[in-house]
Amino acid sequence: MQDAVLAMLAKEPAHGYNLRARLQRSLGPLGGSMNPGQIYVTLARLEKAGLVVCERADGLPERPDRKVYALTPAGQQRVAAWLAEVGWPKPDLAEFHLKLAAAAAARLADPVELVAAQRRELLRRLREVQRAALDEPAGPGAGLLLEGVVLRLQADLRWLAACERAWSANDDDEAEDA
Amino acid sequence: MNEPSPVVDVRGLVKHHGEGQGRVRAVDAVDLEVPQGQTLAVMGPSGCGKSTLLHLLGGLERPTGGEVRLAGRRIDTLGEPALARLRRRSVGFVFQAFHLVEELSAAENVELPALLAGCSRREARRRAGLLLERVGLADRARHLPSRLSGGQRQRVAIARALANDPLIVLADEPTGNLDTAATLEVLRIFEELRSAGQTLVIVTHDERVAATADRLISMRDGMFVDDTRLAGAGAGPVPEAGTGTGWLGGLIGLEG
Repeated sequence: MQDAVLAMLAKEPAHGYNLRARLQRSLGPLGGSMNPGQIYVTLARLEKAGLVVCERADGLPERPDRKVYALTPAGQQRVAAWLAEVGWPKPDLAEFHLKLAAAAAARLADPVELVAAQRRELLRRLREVQRAALDEPAGPGAGLLLEGVVLRLQADLRWLAACERAWSANDDDEAEDA
Repeated sequence: MNEPSPVVDVRGLVKHHGEGQGRVRAVDAVDLEVPQGQTLAVMGPSGCGKSTLLHLLGGLERPTGGEVRLAGRRIDTLGEPALARLRRRSVGFVFQAFHLVEELSAAENVELPALLAGCSRREARRRAGLLLERVGLADRARHLPSRLSGGQRQRVAIARALANDPLIVLADEPTGNLDTAATLEVLRIFEELRSAGQTLVIVTHDERVAATADRLISMRDGMFVDDTRLAGAGAGPVPEAGTGTGWLGGLIGLEG
């Protein structure tokens, strides 16, 4: 998130409250938990790291939100590096996969039941995101971000369906072996 | 005062397709109650019997065994004319392929069920106008279906399903032919119907559609394998969207 704040300063220096408003516009309901002070904490850290400088706007009253932040050359380099990065969050499914295997091996729990409980949780999340998406207009705004979250949850739900099929079939095999 | 009957009340419902060796139990001893105002989604793999279930609820097919009641009235024992009347007046159908009459305008398609139910032409027209407005298509009333997008056609089909103020709307893969934007339009209309207290049963492959329902039943091999409350009584705490306190609001931290 520090990188995103830096990149927003690339066009022109800005006040903290302006940056916060731009973030909230882009994030929509996903920005709901940002508290008003957080942007200043981030900016203070960036300033300490020498990536931004802070100037008081001339002729304005002495108030913290009258500070204008600008990129330093180091900040500009960091923004360029961030834009060139092609990193991507890794899917983190191994833990649940291992949970199913462990539960089945030690007969701690029925893997099919674990999958069903997980599926209900993801459906509730999907419900929350989908309902938020219904309130957003089409276009490159917050609705697009919500669409991405929806598609990921859909992919996870499809994987859970595959888990359910595989572990149900496994049950049937064991019943035949017995 | 008696408890109001559930809109759908199904006991021991069985439907076989085919004969002898090739006989398939499309619906296998299912019990189901759908209270007034509930949006129920039914999911399951192809061939699990979910469409057959929908057809049995709406009187499009007759069960091999068991009982189907709509608002307390048994429908599986009705004669064909009475069943046809019930389908026209009390059930609204929405299909994947829209099934609009291509030679009729959007408004005329929506008027049709009211006219068939014996409504005056004037009253049918008035109602069709209101319904097209409700689905956001007042300005397309005179268009033929061929001049409408897929999403618009499905919205006309939904308006038509509502023409006789049905007890229940039954939708079979309503977003199956639609892209994301059109799916959202249909979901917005379903959401509006839900707030208006319309009882709705939706058969779907689309997790997005299922997740917006109040309740989700998963079917396999003609049977219910899961029945989950997503909203309302028994759903557990579900934060409302956009409050910033739920899972969604916590998804993005400014630090990091």
